[in-house]
Amino acid sequence: MDTDAEKKSFVLKGIGVSPGIVIGKAYLYDRFDAQVSFYRLRDKNLVAKEIKRFRAALKESEKQLLEVKNRLFELAGREPLYIIDVHIMILKDRMFINHTVQYIRNMLVNAEWAMKMTIDRYREIFEKVEDEYLKGRVSDVRYVGQRILRNLSGGKKEDIPKIDGKDIIIAVDLSPADTAQMMINKVQGFATDMGGKTSHTAIVARAVEIPAVVGLESITKRVRTNDNIIIDGAAGLVVVNPDPEMIKVYEDKQRHFEKAQENYLRYARLPALTEDNYKVEIGGNIEFIEEIPSTVSHGAEGIGLYRTEFIYINKEQLPTEEEHFLHYRSVVSAEGLQWATIRTFDLGGDKFFSDPKLAKEMNPQMGLRAIRFCLKEVELFKVQLRAIARASAFGKTRIMFPMISGIEELREAKKIFCEVKRDLRAKGIPMGEDIEVGVMIEVPSAVVIADELAKEVDFFSIGTNDLIQYALAIDRINERVTYLYEPLHPAVLRLIKQVIDIGHRAGIRVAMCGEMAGEPAYVMILLGLEIDELSMNPLAIPKVKKIIRASTLSESKKLLEKIMALSSASEIREYVSDYMSKRFPEEFQLNGP
Amino acid sequence: MVEIKTFEIKNKLGLHARVAAKLVNVSSRFKAKIFFERDGKVVNGKSLLSILTLACPLGSRITIRAEGIDARDAMEDLGKLIEDKFGED
Repeated sequence: MDTDAEKKSFVLKGIGVSPGIVIGKAYLYDRFDAQVSFYRLRDKNLVAKEIKRFRAALKESEKQLLEVKNRLFELAGREPLYIIDVHIMILKDRMFINHTVQYIRNMLVNAEWAMKMTIDRYREIFEKVEDEYLKGRVSDVRYVGQRILRNLSGGKKEDIPKIDGKDIIIAVDLSPADTAQMMINKVQGFATDMGGKTSHTAIVARAVEIPAVVGLESITKRVRTNDNIIIDGAAGLVVVNPDPEMIKVYEDKQRHFEKAQENYLRYARLPALTEDNYKVEIGGNIEFIEEIPSTVSHGAEGIGLYRTEFIYINKEQLPTEEEHFLHYRSVVSAEGLQWATIRTFDLGGDKFFSDPKLAKEMNPQMGLRAIRFCLKEVELFKVQLRAIARASAFGKTRIMFPMISGIEELREAKKIFCEVKRDLRAKGIPMGEDIEVGVMIEVPSAVVIADELAKEVDFFSIGTNDLIQYALAIDRINERVTYLYEPLHPAVLRLIKQVIDIGHRAGIRVAMCGEMAGEPAYVMILLGLEIDELSMNPLAIPKVKKIIRASTLSESKKLLEKIMALSSASEIREYVSDYMSKRFPEEFQLNGP
Repeated sequence: MVEIKTFEIKNKLGLHARVAAKLVNVSSRFKAKIFFERDGKVVNGKSLLSILTLACPLGSRITIRAEGIDARDAMEDLGKLIEDKFGED
C-alpha cells in the first residue's frame, strides 16, 4: 500500500531563508540526535555509571560491526572488509575512548554529549589535514560515533546511510556548523522544524548557497527519508510527494531562477554607481575563508564584515594567535578585494552553543557577550587584537567592535588595541600604518550617543539585525514574535537615519552590514539615506548592484522623504513594495507574493 | 629500555587507513609504550586515529620511539613492516 503513486502530495509553508529551487529525495538527518538527550551529570557520583554505559555501547557497536563484517564476507568476498576493520579499530582506539571518558569525567556531561564532542574534535583535526584521502577519514569517525550514539540511546533504529549528494536534509534544527558541513558534503538543500530568518543557520545557508526553508514546525514528523520533495527557498515552500505536473512547474522555476542568477552575475563586476553618479561601496559578509572566491565573483569590492566567531566555535581549546593570524591574513590579503573589516569576537546569543564551560544565561542576547565579554577577558581579547594588527601588514584592515553601548567600552577597547600595537611595534613586528577603527551600531543607546562615538572612530557600521531586535524588543529566535521583526518600522528607519546623518556631520563613513543591506527592496531607501557602504551576503550583491545602477540619488531621496512621512510599518511596506515592483518589475516578480 | 629509530615511508599512498591499522596491530602486541613522531608532532603508536592525523605521505620520515621491556622486538617488527611497504604496492 505504500507505493510512490499512492503517497499523498502536500505543501508545507515555512520561512524561506536561502533562495533557489531543488528537487530531490528527503533524508532525515541525525534523527537520533533529536531523540538523544544531551545533559549534564548532576554530581560526580554519576560519572562511573556513565562511563560504564559508554563502554557497554562500545561493546555492542563492536558486536554489530563484526556481524556486518561476516555478512559482507558472505556476500562480497574480501575486499570491502578492511574498512569495517578500520571502523572496529576506531571503536577500540584508545585515544578515541580516552577523550570521551575524559569529557564525561571532566565536564560532567552524559556519554552521548561526550561522544559528540569527540566526533567534533576529530572532525576538526582531520579538516586541517591537507591530504584529501585522510580528510575523508573523518567520515569513518562520524560513522562509528553515530553507531555508538545509537547504541547509547537504546539501539534498534535502522542504520543511517552516508549522506548522498542528491539529498535534501530534513532536520529538527541545524547548528551553523552543521550547515557549514553541508556545504562540504554538497547537500542540495535543507528544511528544518525550527529557526527564523535571521538565525545564524539561515545566514550560513545563504553564504554557502544552499536553498533552505526553516520554521516548518513539524516537517520531521511529516516527511520520511526517500520521499520526493521540492524546496523553494525563496517562497519558503516545501512540496512533499509532488505529482509529475508539479515537478514540471518547479523544473521551469528552477531554470528561470538559474537564468536570473546568471543574468545578475553580469552586473557583479560593475561599480555600484547610480545614474547620477552616487557611488556606494559594496562589501561582502563572510565567515569562512572558503567564501572569498565567490564573494569576489559576485562583485564585492571588499569584506565589509568578517565574522570571527567560527574561529572559536566547536573547539575545546581557545584558538592560538597564530590560528587567528592565518585566518585574518587570508582575508585582508585576498586577491581582488580592496579592504577587509574584521569584527572582533561577538560570541554569545544563538552562537553560544558549543562550550559547556561557559555558564548558560537566561537571556544570552543581552548577556555577557561580544565587547562586554572581551573587556572582562582581556587576555583572550588581546590574542585576537594582536593577530589582527599583525595581519594588517598584508592588506587594508579595518577593525570594528561589536555591541558597543557606551563611550567607556569604546575607549577601553581602543586603549587595549593601542597597547597591543605598541607592544608589537616595540618588537619590530610589521603592521599596516592605517588600521581604521570603527564600531558596530547595533544597540539603541549607541544611536542616541552616536555624536560622541563619532568623535573617536573612523567609521560606523550599522548592524541592523541586532539593532532591530533591541529597538523593537524581539527575541530573535522566538518564532512567536518573529512577525514583529520589521526593518521598515518607522522607529528603525529613524534610528538608521540618525546614525548616518550624525556620522556624516562628523565626517566619518557609515556602512551597513546587517541583513537589511542585502535586501533589494530596501536599496533605494538606503541610497536616499546616503549610506557609504553596503555589506551583505555575497549572493545578494549582483541584484543590489543592478538596482543601484538603475536608480538615481535624487529619486531615492524623494522615495525616502515619502516613506519617512508615513506613520506605520505596514503603510511603509505597502508603499515600498508597490513602488519597487512598478519601478523594477523584472526584479520583484521572481519571489512571488 | 628505550629504542628510537627513524624510517622513511616508501609506499605510494603513505600512511593511509589500512596501513595504519597494520601498524596498530603490531604495536598493540607489545607491552612497550610506542610513539610515532613526525615534524615535531608526537602521537600514540597504538591509536589508529592518532597515526592518521600525522598525515604521512610517500617520502615522509617518521621517528618511532618504543619504551619498555619489549621495546627492541617492537621496533624490529614495526621496522620490518615499514621497510616491507606494509606488503603493498
